Amino acid sequence: MNKVIIADNLSLSYSNNETIINKVKFSINSASFVFITGASGSGKSTLLKSLYGALKPNEGSLIVGGVELRGVSSSKLNFLRKHIGIVFQDYKLVKEWTIEKNIMLPLIINGYEKSVTQNQVDSLLKHVRLKHQAGKYPLELSGGEQQRVAMARALSHNPILILADEPTGNLDDYSAELIWNLLVGANEQLKTTVIVVTHHIPENIKVDYKHFHIEFGRINEVN
Amino acid sequence: MKSIKNHLSLVIALLSILFSIQVFIIVDRSISAYEKNLANNYSVVVVSQKTLDSKLIIDSNPIIADISSLTPDSVIKRLNTGMSATNIELLKVTLPKFYQVKLTSYPSPQEIELLTKKLLDYSSVIKVENFSNNHDSIYKLLLLFKTVITVFAISMIVVTTLLIFKELKIWQFQHNNRMSIMGLFGAPTWMRSAVLFRLSIVDALIASAFSFILFSVISTDAWVLEQFANIGINVVIFDPISDFLSMVAIAMFLSIILASLIVLWHKEEV
Repeated sequence: MNKVIIADNLSLSYSNNETIINKVKFSINSASFVFITGASGSGKSTLLKSLYGALKPNEGSLIVGGVELRGVSSSKLNFLRKHIGIVFQDYKLVKEWTIEKNIMLPLIINGYEKSVTQNQVDSLLKHVRLKHQAGKYPLELSGGEQQRVAMARALSHNPILILADEPTGNLDDYSAELIWNLLVGANEQLKTTVIVVTHHIPENIKVDYKHFHIEFGRINEVN
Repeated sequence: MKSIKNHLSLVIALLSILFSIQVFIIVDRSISAYEKNLANNYSVVVVSQKTLDSKLIIDSNPIIADISSLTPDSVIKRLNTGMSATNIELLKVTLPKFYQVKLTSYPSPQEIELLTKKLLDYSSVIKVENFSNNHDSIYKLLLLFKTVITVFAISMIVVTTLLIFKELKIWQFQHNNRMSIMGLFGAPTWMRSAVLFRLSIVDALIASAFSFILFSVISTDAWVLEQFANIGINVVIFDPISDFLSMVAIAMFLSIILASLIVLWHKEEV
């Protein structure tokens, strides 16, 4: 089985030098569904940030999609990010763009043709049940709707890896269920590797998953 | 509405900068024209016992533009109270030669003093009238104008810099979020900053166009033209080609610098 993520002796810290993740070793197979849990401040979001290169390893090695992230160049990082879909707890939508354009963003960056882009966006808007809201701006939508837009954006370019940070943290049940269904669907149908950072794993999730727990800067697989 | 608001902040800043620069240029041109006027109307009178070699005098001092002899006829006419023609001719010969020295620019008191000294060095020159009292007061006034305009230019540069930095902060706030999000999905720097550069170029063109309209109106306004005519100077208030091109260049330069600084100072969110 191909490894999409390989961390070896990985340490992470912010500028204040306090070590958040301390010499951890783990790997994640491609096409797997992974939950990373831990208490608040345990370092789960920090670990997720390192997976898309927003935080560089202080020590050890971190390889994501075949790219070593320690000392990675900006062009290589951009290349990797083009193949990753990220879902944030605070959505991170461009508020001066319509939701249609927000979803298009990864497709534009990846250089897709306009007709392909439009078809893909139309299809995703249907999936997230927001077809009728295409021309609206993010701040005109509810939190749940904004997260569905963020989810559609993360899926738009058929990434090899989806990273989701508390994707259903503030959502209503309807939106949360829709998000979980999309994540599971991407994993099962498109064989996309999905890594979700969360406080709680939903009880009714219908997917085979791996579970890592972070505590005191160490990561352990939970059986 | 949102789009107009986005453009308005930079357009207003650029417009005020372009307006200040053009006003500075107009005042500078007016002072230069006035100075030229003064230089044209100012001359030194030299009294010599013998005929002077004009070429020698002109070559001796670069500030001298021309030297011409003044006819003594008016003096003789005033003295002509029943004098015979022979006596008049004799008087003409014995009268000293009068010369008017024209200068290339309006001289400083030091230059006047030096010129007077040099002219007096000629053995035949017995008197040099430089009208120094009148000259000094006009020169001091001109100097004051020049100082005022320099102070104005310096304060304009300070205000411009402050305006640009204020604009920079607003733009950073406006564009950082979008640039960070684009970066999270792998957009290269040129793509992240493309909107910024497009916006700055469009704003520079809008500000230049507004300035063009404004100064075209001012330069044809009857009241403005009358004021210049009253001072007796003829100044190009606004050249629709060279001044407009300068405006476009300045506005483009400033807005592209602004956009470049935002791109350079952009920090990715962690």
